[in-house]
Amino acid sequence: MSNAISASVSAKSSKHLWVAFAIMTVILAVAPMWVYPVFLMKVMCFALFASAFNLLLGFGGLLSFGHAMFMGSAGYVAAHSAKVWGLSPEICVLLGTMTSAVLALVVGLLAIRRQGIYFAMVTLAMAQMIYFICLQVPYTGGEDGLQGVPRGKLFGVLPLDNDLVMYFVVLAIFVAVFLAVVRIVYSPYGQVLKAIRENEPRAISLGYDVDRYKLLAFVLSTTIAGLAGSVKTVVLGFATLSDVHWSLSGEVVLMTLLGGMGTFAGPVVGAFTIIGLQNFLADRVGSWVTVIIGAIFVFCVIAFRKGIVGELLAWQQRRQAK
Amino acid sequence: MEIFGIPSQALFGQLLIGLINGSFYALLSLGLAVIFGLLNIINFSHGAQYMLGAFVAYLGLNKLGVNYWVALVLTPFIVGASGVLIERTMLKQLYKLDHLYGLLLTFGLALIIQGLFRNEFGSSGMPYPVPEVFQGAFNTGFMFLPKYRAWVIVASLVVCLSTWYVIERTKLGGYLRAATENPSLVQAFGINVPRMITLTYGFGVGLAALAGVMAAPIYQVNPTMGADLIIVVFAVVVVGGMGSIMGAILTGFGLGLIEGLTKVFYPEASNVVIFVIMTIVLLIKPAGLFGTQK
Repeated sequence: MSNAISASVSAKSSKHLWVAFAIMTVILAVAPMWVYPVFLMKVMCFALFASAFNLLLGFGGLLSFGHAMFMGSAGYVAAHSAKVWGLSPEICVLLGTMTSAVLALVVGLLAIRRQGIYFAMVTLAMAQMIYFICLQVPYTGGEDGLQGVPRGKLFGVLPLDNDLVMYFVVLAIFVAVFLAVVRIVYSPYGQVLKAIRENEPRAISLGYDVDRYKLLAFVLSTTIAGLAGSVKTVVLGFATLSDVHWSLSGEVVLMTLLGGMGTFAGPVVGAFTIIGLQNFLADRVGSWVTVIIGAIFVFCVIAFRKGIVGELLAWQQRRQAK
Repeated sequence: MEIFGIPSQALFGQLLIGLINGSFYALLSLGLAVIFGLLNIINFSHGAQYMLGAFVAYLGLNKLGVNYWVALVLTPFIVGASGVLIERTMLKQLYKLDHLYGLLLTFGLALIIQGLFRNEFGSSGMPYPVPEVFQGAFNTGFMFLPKYRAWVIVASLVVCLSTWYVIERTKLGGYLRAATENPSLVQAFGINVPRMITLTYGFGVGLAALAGVMAAPIYQVNPTMGADLIIVVFAVVVVGGMGSIMGAILTGFGLGLIEGLTKVFYPEASNVVIFVIMTIVLLIKPAGLFGTQK
């Protein structure tokens, strides 16, 4: 899935990356003046989720079709520890994120035993198992989920009940994790991961322990997904079954594909587009949303595989080549 | 009468349900395996096409008065033709790309098909009457066996085994297996491989639709009937490994039975038992029970 991508990680585009990153941060810092902050926070959580997914697929070449299980189970743990145990939000987020990482280690060890399409099917099946477990165990509130989770005070001082305070906390997390993803991709580890994506047998013959690299990519990606899920729960105040459902696993694939797989900005653009579209359409077309999401999926796969950011980068390269 | 402290009626009842579920797992995973063999694509819309089969039968009966038997014969062709159309217009463009794109495309198609039907018919189930011949039940002495359920088990066994026979024992199947191994070489012998691919996809989709028609009188007809089923079938396929047709059939029936037994002895786990088995198989034999690691 990689031919469109390699260009984006070249040295030439790294300058554009930083310019784009600065613009994005400034826009996000002033945006709550015009846009409803809770919506923006939700978008940032999904942008983190999609970036995490992209780290695995776009840079590691592994298509996980069960990423919702990490976002969702982390959300449940965060919600439970805030609501039932009354822990402070930073501990809740930490616990949620750790749950996701541990779950990822188990699922990852199993899933990396198969490649390609099987990897996707195994992760999907595992996620469905987690879904049924969340449906049946008493801690998750079954069909109702966990409602009315308190935001609490960050480190005992920052009142997160204030939307703007919450907003800048989420923004800080978003920026930090975004930079961490960039750092991971450009690190020696990220380069080896890319080599595995491009040609796994060659990476093996060069002496790399491919499975360990893949497992680490899986755990890194899902830890971020867990962080995104925990933060989302704190922001919105609930954790429900839809966060562990396979349709969310599909949506994150679409966000990444539509935005631009293997680009840094792509998942952010994709998450913004899809969440915005869902918000916009929900009141207007009701249940047609699924059909429209499906149609965008088909369109992206057939005619728009580079995604929005990928197409922009390709267009820019063509212009420079002239 | 009791077996292991379980009333035999309940035990055999659940085993029968297991066998019925197994019939559908087998039919669906067979279709997936046939499609995967030649197209290298995991057909995510298989569940939606199974649902389409049930709906074509349901609409045929209620709008046109077409009876069960006609629906059973015609539906696979109608839905199969829609599959041929999908293959010609969309899937064809993806063969040169990574196989994962096929999965993503068919996932999108499944969302469209299921969404459209949910808008039109809502998400509550609609009953489809059991055909007259099969009303009633056999009394086998130890349990009552509804006639229709017996028919479903027999019919799906026949369909599965004849598919196996055609693919493994006839000349046509030989071409198919050869094209799976090396399409360009088979093409060089003058066999129209692209047409074979198209028809194979149509056949696989037709099998899903046939399963849908057979399922209509047992489960209610509803737009999401295939959505969760297909994920279980994926797990079945991972357990069996997709290399072998017989493997897909045996795994399908076997896992259905195990699921039925779980319902008797530990009902809470019946939803997840197939996924647990998948986990164990991945640990012991990653390529699947009947698969070969590529």
